Amino acid sequence: MSFIIDYYNYWIVVFLMMTGFYIVISANNLVKKIVGLNIFQTSVFMLYITMGKVSGGTAPIVAEGVTLYSNPLPHVLILTAIVVGVATTAVGLSLIVRIKRAYGTVEENEFQNEDDAI
Amino acid sequence: MAVLIDLVLLAMLAITALRVIFLKDLFAVVMLFGIYSFLSALIFVSLDAVDVAFTEASVGAGISTVLMLGTLALTGRTEKENKHSSLLPFLVVVVTGAALVYGTLDMPPFGHPDNPVHEHVAPRYIEQSPKEVGLPNMVTSVLASYRGFDTLGETVVVFAAAIGVMSLLGIRRRSEDETPESGLKEHQVLRVVAKLLIPFVVLFALYVQFHGDFGPGGGFQAGVIAAAAFILYALVYGLPLAFQVIGPKFLQLLAPFGVLLYASVGLYSMFKGGLFLDYNTLASDPVAGQHYGIIIIELGVGITVFAVMLSIFYAFASQAERSNVQ
Amino acid sequence: MFVLDIISSVLLVAGVFFGLSGAIGLFKFPDFFTRVHAASVTDSIAAILIISGLLLQTSFDLNTAKLIFIFFFLMITSPTASHALAKSARHGGLLSMAERKTSDNSNTQENQH
Repeated sequence: MSFIIDYYNYWIVVFLMMTGFYIVISANNLVKKIVGLNIFQTSVFMLYITMGKVSGGTAPIVAEGVTLYSNPLPHVLILTAIVVGVATTAVGLSLIVRIKRAYGTVEENEFQNEDDAI
Repeated sequence: MAVLIDLVLLAMLAITALRVIFLKDLFAVVMLFGIYSFLSALIFVSLDAVDVAFTEASVGAGISTVLMLGTLALTGRTEKENKHSSLLPFLVVVVTGAALVYGTLDMPPFGHPDNPVHEHVAPRYIEQSPKEVGLPNMVTSVLASYRGFDTLGETVVVFAAAIGVMSLLGIRRRSEDETPESGLKEHQVLRVVAKLLIPFVVLFALYVQFHGDFGPGGGFQAGVIAAAAFILYALVYGLPLAFQVIGPKFLQLLAPFGVLLYASVGLYSMFKGGLFLDYNTLASDPVAGQHYGIIIIELGVGITVFAVMLSIFYAFASQAERSNVQ
Repeated sequence: MFVLDIISSVLLVAGVFFGLSGAIGLFKFPDFFTRVHAASVTDSIAAILIISGLLLQTSFDLNTAKLIFIFFFLMITSPTASHALAKSARHGGLLSMAERKTSDNSNTQENQH
């Protein structure tokens, strides 16, 4: 049982990562691909935060009577990564809007067919 | 008990992600993604990462969802039936997943205090940062002071993303004669409540900005929350009115101003005889200097993030209004 | 303090009950408007009860003030959200179950004529 609890977080992270990966490679619609990419990204965040957790510790804000803190370094890395992540997602979404305007569709196989026809 | 909460939340997260695969209605997919973000924010809280949870709740569930909905308004809300087989992707995913699970068995067990990640840099931050930087919130100390250069780079990336979106979409200001119906004219209740709430949301953003040294919060979160207040205004009262409150031109000045404010702190500390972004030289007392430096650079981060998020929203919203007119 | 603990746990359990009933209603109810009704139970009465329960658990310091702020915020926003949701559905032309029945009946009568 303790073996499962020790590794449960990692396994769920792997599962989420693979779900996101599957959506990215199998979905035909570009917006759905972006959602998959975001799921993948959030699972990576969760992996980092999981590694930073110390059992019995508290949030890394100095408080009286607390000696054990969780690791603040992954928090810092992930905090900035989230904001950068939404900024890059916005760039991806605006590319999709341009693709829609150029081809009239956001389904991958449809605009690939149009490309091949040229 | 904490373990139980963790297990349940993670299972809910897995179910939400699994549901996204099979849904064809993209509107529901985006809403599920918002739920997914909120759930992961809850997990971050239970894993002691309060700052991260704060950011994920405001960015992932707030801004990303709004941007994706804006895209859906332009691209249509249903996914077409996929003809080619999904067997190959599934095999690839299963093989990769199995390899990763095999890899996790070599990971140190979850949560032990003597795991390798806790051995090297982190103890120094935890022990020394309250004395060296003088802030109770270690995340802010590390973010703004020890890794200040890194954060400057990240702020520049956010700014660069805004430039990318602007050059791809652009914000179209409509001419005065064509003012079509926009905003939610029908929803009287929504208009009144939005008017009531927006000042408080902005006030909360300022609290998060300047209280970030002591509790969870900081420039990234504050910028996003302030942007969310104006996004609410634009959604309820329409883009033309929002442009009168904060115009796109002004945002285009504000975004580089934040980055420059951040970088100028670094240059000023060099001018005072220290290294780039060495806040100790900013005042005669090193700890006070650290405090001044952190407040100013957090302000720079907040301004840039606010301007970038709002102008990205303006870009998507003005595209959507344009396609409505046509 | 013992009395406060009991009151607070009663409030919390009642809040959990209403939250659960709202969730069950969300799945069991037949159409959109009844589902919104069920969902609004969770963010009104369940939230009120849970926050009041938590208020009694604090030692009346800064956390109490924060909880009261959250309480007022929820009291303003969640009814608004439910209202906006229902009104948009109405605006989009979604009929309630009773209306759908009557319109179905009139349709069939017209067909018979």
